[in-house]
Amino acid sequence: MDLRRPNRPVIGPKVRQVGFVTPDSSSVAAAASSSNPTVVATTSPGSPPSSLSPVMIPPPRHPSTEINNSHYHHIGSYNPSEQILGSPPVLSPSRSSRFEADGSDFGEDDEESMALSGVGGGMTPKGSLVMPQPVAKTEPLVSETNKRDSNVSKGKGAGPSVATKEKLTRAERRAAQEAQRAAKAAAKEAASSGGVPPASKQPKTSTKLIPQQKKDGIAGSGPTQAIAPAGSIEKKQGKKEVVAPHPRMQFDDMTKVGKLKKRAVVNQSEARNRVELFRHLPQYEHGTQLPDLELKYFQLEPIHPSVYQVGLQFLSDKISGGNARCIAMLLAFKEVIQDYTTPPEKTLTRDLTTKINSCVSFLTECRPLSVSMGNAIRFLKNRISSIPHNLADKEAKSSLQSDIDRFINEKIIIAGKAIVEHGVSKIRDRDVLLTYGSPSVVESIFAYAHEIKKNFRVVVVDSRPKHEGQNLLRRLVERGIQCTYTHINAVSYVMHEVTRVFLGASSVLSNGTVYSRVGTACVAMVAHAFRVPVLVCCEAYKFHDRVQLDSICSNELGDPDAISKVYGRKDLDYLDSWAQNENLQLLNLKYDATPSDYVSVLVTEQGMLPPTSVPVIIREYGIERLWT
Amino acid sequence: MPDVSDFILKLQRRRIEGSHATARQTAELLRFVVSQHRMPHTNQTASLLEAVRAVGEQLIAANPVELAVGNIVRRVLHIIREEDSSAVSFEGLQISEKSDDEEDVERKGGPLLSAASVAAASRSTLRPRSLQTLLEDGPAPIVPSNSSSNGDSEGRSKSDKSARSKRLKHAVIEAINLLIEEINSCYDDISEQAVEHIHHKQVILTLGRSKTVKEFLYAAKQKNRSFRVFVAEGAPRYQGHVLAKELIQKGLETTVITDSAIFAMISRVNMVIVGAHAIMANGGVIAPVGMNMLALAAQRHAVPFVVVAGSHKLCPLYSHSPEVLLNELKSPSDLIDFGEFSDCMDFGARGGAPLMHVVNPTFDYVPPKLVSLFITDTGGHNASHMYKLIADYYSADDLVIKRTTTS
Repeated sequence: MDLRRPNRPVIGPKVRQVGFVTPDSSSVAAAASSSNPTVVATTSPGSPPSSLSPVMIPPPRHPSTEINNSHYHHIGSYNPSEQILGSPPVLSPSRSSRFEADGSDFGEDDEESMALSGVGGGMTPKGSLVMPQPVAKTEPLVSETNKRDSNVSKGKGAGPSVATKEKLTRAERRAAQEAQRAAKAAAKEAASSGGVPPASKQPKTSTKLIPQQKKDGIAGSGPTQAIAPAGSIEKKQGKKEVVAPHPRMQFDDMTKVGKLKKRAVVNQSEARNRVELFRHLPQYEHGTQLPDLELKYFQLEPIHPSVYQVGLQFLSDKISGGNARCIAMLLAFKEVIQDYTTPPEKTLTRDLTTKINSCVSFLTECRPLSVSMGNAIRFLKNRISSIPHNLADKEAKSSLQSDIDRFINEKIIIAGKAIVEHGVSKIRDRDVLLTYGSPSVVESIFAYAHEIKKNFRVVVVDSRPKHEGQNLLRRLVERGIQCTYTHINAVSYVMHEVTRVFLGASSVLSNGTVYSRVGTACVAMVAHAFRVPVLVCCEAYKFHDRVQLDSICSNELGDPDAISKVYGRKDLDYLDSWAQNENLQLLNLKYDATPSDYVSVLVTEQGMLPPTSVPVIIREYGIERLWT
Repeated sequence: MPDVSDFILKLQRRRIEGSHATARQTAELLRFVVSQHRMPHTNQTASLLEAVRAVGEQLIAANPVELAVGNIVRRVLHIIREEDSSAVSFEGLQISEKSDDEEDVERKGGPLLSAASVAAASRSTLRPRSLQTLLEDGPAPIVPSNSSSNGDSEGRSKSDKSARSKRLKHAVIEAINLLIEEINSCYDDISEQAVEHIHHKQVILTLGRSKTVKEFLYAAKQKNRSFRVFVAEGAPRYQGHVLAKELIQKGLETTVITDSAIFAMISRVNMVIVGAHAIMANGGVIAPVGMNMLALAAQRHAVPFVVVAGSHKLCPLYSHSPEVLLNELKSPSDLIDFGEFSDCMDFGARGGAPLMHVVNPTFDYVPPKLVSLFITDTGGHNASHMYKLIADYYSADDLVIKRTTTS
């Protein structure tokens, strides 16, 4: 241990970010023997790297860098060859980019502090200070980005198609991994299998492991070190193809679609008359998949029945609404975890992640994931990957299950309650409140406001083809709230009397755009034109750091037949015989993007904010997500 | 033969669909009224005006929201006045030729109205004359003063009164025929202009169904322009489906979207073309419900919002907040299934006042600032120019008279 210590700084402060940990037997042993140290490490020294907000936690960082700083001199002398290889200017960008990739602003900060400490520490020229990084740098960088990629790609199910995309290359990746494994075989299998999972760990976990990691990195066996970058690079390449060009699958790319189809569990026949503008989105004929899936039930071995059930419910629209879908999915995953046993010669973190991935891709085939679900999946994967290797299956499973429960409880249920508290404070007596569709949070705001004897009236605006507002109307009327029901075209007629507009959101993007049920933008626009305040109620777990300007580039298309048939109006069948005409296209858009200037205030559990504050919340919330 | 009471019943029961049909039938009915009118010996114009006005009043009361009725009644009144004045001027000219002992008024009215009579000859479209009258006898109030003086002069020269009464009636019926023709041909006049506005590969958005829009698009298609049309279905009547069907029959690429997707799609649209129910004097438009939303979305994305409408939709009235006062609330059954919601209606019965209301308005008001262009059968106009057109088609007298008589 002591021997290794001096080496540790090689990876230096950056190591905190290093995702790639190769815990060989010694490190595992260390972790096992001292489970406490890791925890301690996470809480205190680990905080700087994961502290995504510069506002919050800068101070701890300096001490730590200084500590490391002392090692820097060694570093400089340690790796002269790398000095030549890595030129500082190249390094710093890569470095900062890495940090940016993490969503933290610390890149600069960190560098400065390091430079300072370096200079102060021992007259080491900055160059030498930085230079050592190449060694550590290249490796962590790769592993880091790669890790991030994997996190993003898997977790960011936000992009409904991401998971599918990932699936595309899974084969390749697997093949590559196989090759890697073969190479590793010479070393130790255990090391290799253990080597990869930490890579997908959060920065925080990697920081915990800094000590061991560094030891491994430098003093550890040659093979492991060699493998680490190789594996990560190869992995990165695989990923890159998936994630780098587009965060979402583009369905106008024929080769990709072809690959996707080969792998697809759900056979969906493409809609005949696809809408030209939306070629990049999947346009399937609805209603054709169900019988097909039913037939396949017994063939689809890898998919857990509960996931299967949820998938079918998504497919048939039995479950809809961001929160409901997210909860249903998490509960299904909980059951998956419950029934999961780690196969021999595999690790839980890794195998369970792939299992979850396959479930996610199945769900994506049923219906593209919502942002909320993507975030939840990302959370779950973070949890899985942060499970210590030495943990028994049973404990790991129970901890994951409690994590899921906590997510549902904290991020959805309690957050919802907090939003209700905030939202109710904006309802005055004799208000006329307008809502659109059937947002669950808004409904509970109304219910609570009614409970506390506020005197108000609700206007429920509804739209074709789902008529979700009718269910809301029924529930509100049953509660005894006075309601007015109308359709979206009449919104400018009713807007005269409205004093507040409460809207729900599927997701809020970091440019303040509210991505929500189609029609929300219309309502917000009319309200804006009539100078009526628009309150968008949304749990913070639905925030996403993507940006979007219009409703076309990414969206979801519903069943086109729902357009040609008017529910409950049998007399209206003008389009029935024409639905197959090549000139006719039926567009059933599911979401739209409301520009942020139409939104007066965003009601979240964090408080009431202007939509421009979303990126701030995303940053702050990023920490929270890491900690939970 | 059209029957007044029958037509009133139809109007009351909203059996007549669309302002175009209403306008045509109103004009036909008024032609019938005029032809059946028994001309008194004195003051023929006034009695004719009175007869038309009486019928018109009933028609307007039958469906006050259908502004086309009032428009046509006013147009016919205007026609009678013009015919009368032209007849008088014609006579006045004759008189001035025969006898030189004419009154001041007559002399003054003579030359002025002769110009009108000349223009009346070329009445097929009201365009040229209207411009001329605008330029020459700008102040509208002159016309009524003339007509009243005409009555006096009429009384005086009783010699050729029967001939003149026949001539007046005949001229009025002729003019009404022209009006009917104009109403019928307004589609052609409007769609003639389509090629000037629609270019190749254009993306056009429309809401609901308007025959004018349909003809407009057809005309552009006939000129081999290939363009794409988005049709918002226009709940709760879903007339957009009908329009879509008609368009695909003509081979136009048509995409049906829900009304809620208007905002999402408007950014990819080059032009919004819609029909109107009525055009108000200030350039505002009364249009099928949902149009205000569409206009706002178009404004947001700087998409031209074009209203195509025949001149029979020009309404000289302007009421404050027309979206409320000139609206019609339809049955909730369009929106909600009574059977499904019968339980909710019981809840209302408990507390006395019903808890649930359903609002189903028919029309929307689009303020003039949201309208980029009006295309009428007389050409394209800016919203700020509509009052001039209206001044051409209606005599200022009738607006006031109408209001006093209806009140």
